[in-house]
Amino acid sequence: MSGFARPLKIALGLAVIAALIIVPMNFNRYGLFILSQWAVMSIAAMGLNLTLGYAGQVSLAQGAFVGIGAYASAIMTTHGWPLPAAIVVAIALSFAVGWVLGYPALRVQHHYLAFVTLAFSTLAFLVFRNESWLTGGIYGISNIPRPHVFGLATNKPLPFYYVCLGSLAIVSVAVWWLIRSPWGRAFMALRENPLRAQSLGIDTRRYTLMAFAIGSALGGVAGALYAPLTQYIDPVPFNLSLSLDLLMMVIVGGAGFYFGPFLGAMIAVLLPEWLRFTEGYYLMLYAVAVMLLLIWSPTGILGILDRYLAERRTKAASALRAVAKSRLETAQ
Amino acid sequence: MSAVLEVTDIKKNFGGISAVDGVSFDVREGEILGLIGPNGCGKSTLFNCILGQLTPSGGEVKLDGKLVTGLRPAELNKLGVSRTFQLLQVFPKLSVRENLILAGQEHQGNMASRLVGRSDAGLTDAANQMIGFFKLDHLADEPAGGLSYGQQKLLDAAMAFMGGPRLVLLDEPAGGVNPSMLADLKERLVAINREKNATFVVIEHNMEFVMSLCSRVMVMAEGKVLAMGRPDEVRKNPAVIEAYLGH
Repeated sequence: MSGFARPLKIALGLAVIAALIIVPMNFNRYGLFILSQWAVMSIAAMGLNLTLGYAGQVSLAQGAFVGIGAYASAIMTTHGWPLPAAIVVAIALSFAVGWVLGYPALRVQHHYLAFVTLAFSTLAFLVFRNESWLTGGIYGISNIPRPHVFGLATNKPLPFYYVCLGSLAIVSVAVWWLIRSPWGRAFMALRENPLRAQSLGIDTRRYTLMAFAIGSALGGVAGALYAPLTQYIDPVPFNLSLSLDLLMMVIVGGAGFYFGPFLGAMIAVLLPEWLRFTEGYYLMLYAVAVMLLLIWSPTGILGILDRYLAERRTKAASALRAVAKSRLETAQ
Repeated sequence: MSAVLEVTDIKKNFGGISAVDGVSFDVREGEILGLIGPNGCGKSTLFNCILGQLTPSGGEVKLDGKLVTGLRPAELNKLGVSRTFQLLQVFPKLSVRENLILAGQEHQGNMASRLVGRSDAGLTDAANQMIGFFKLDHLADEPAGGLSYGQQKLLDAAMAFMGGPRLVLLDEPAGGVNPSMLADLKERLVAINREKNATFVVIEHNMEFVMSLCSRVMVMAEGKVLAMGRPDEVRKNPAVIEAYLGH
């Protein structure tokens, strides 16, 4: 995203944040639900972007981690625990399970790894559905309470939207810090050249497991917010298609770009709503739009922007060279 | 002079083929040892066995007298053994500076400090110095994948020195590098060898480069050591002329 002047970037960022706070104030219940869903899915997609986009480890299990977080949150809050405690447990649980799921990645890569994670996704779904003593089985868990924040109830859609937005803000800052840190650089090294990484002292095993665990933990955070958002969960939303949706968000937005998941989640959550006027055709239009995008730019929407900025930089550099050359010639 | 690296009777078999067949040698502190031999004679396999990328079928490797056979590449690197690769091995999407910071960061602090500490692990100055040293200044912010082959070779070499290694194994550093850049590279290597007291083992086919750079040369053929000695001795050795140098 280099190429924009820094003050312009900061102004743009502040404007977007202000808009996200102010504009939804007069949204109706449904609009707020959709926007809250965007915030929650952005968190989950950011986790997957870390595992897949930065560390290059394919995962088709992010939806399962959203499920793990959602069930942890639903079970605890319906038993009287506060939501923050439930979020901590959701993070710890999905971090631990994600760590274990990382072990296959030490042996297999790419589509083989996709199959391993896909099997895990199915396994998690079966646990949600069949272990009804814990999860309520196909009947799910209802009456999931929403939290009180500093003594304020968030039962109404707007306050809970702010809970989601605030969580997104915290996660965004944490992820931004992580990818700028040496850890983020080591994750990219796993993606770009694990053999070279090893020879530079980078413990590829530990970083691979960390990439899985942290990415999964963010899936858990998203799930822990999803449960009080819908206030009712059953196993269906956490099947394989959620994992595929999240994968699509990351790819469409631009894998390995910081802002990719925000954009991808926006498209996946909002575009179907905007295309609703086409009635029965909206899913088809959506599918065609995604296919066209990926043919045009396999690196997603931010890939297009990145290419454009790179071209502009190259042009500017060659213009500078041309000027320098003509000066040399006149000097001679 | 004490031995930094002692290799004793290293063997590596792939199926029925023995790529390395009982190689023993030592590398003395501060020297530049050349390793030459025809293609397929086991030079790179020997490197990979020493560096833990391959597990040797037999024999042992000692670093400063301590047994290190079978350690993983990352662990060996932490002990001060570094390498460059025959084929280009940089991180193409990261900038030249980021490549160098990455190459040194695991030698700074621990896992926790690398997460909460400075994003450059305090290495920006060191990276910039290395960039200047290898004359890559104008490319510091360019993605490494956009550099020419020779420049990537230089970067690859520079990366090997970021962790302040004691022993560096260079696998064909001169391959595909143009003559003027090659002179630069040799000058840099000699300077690092003197200033930092780093010990090198260099695999190379460019005879002029090897003979002028190295204090000793080891010749391999068919997985075995054919000769070992000063460059001028090796050059006159009839067995070496027969197997490799030609008449």
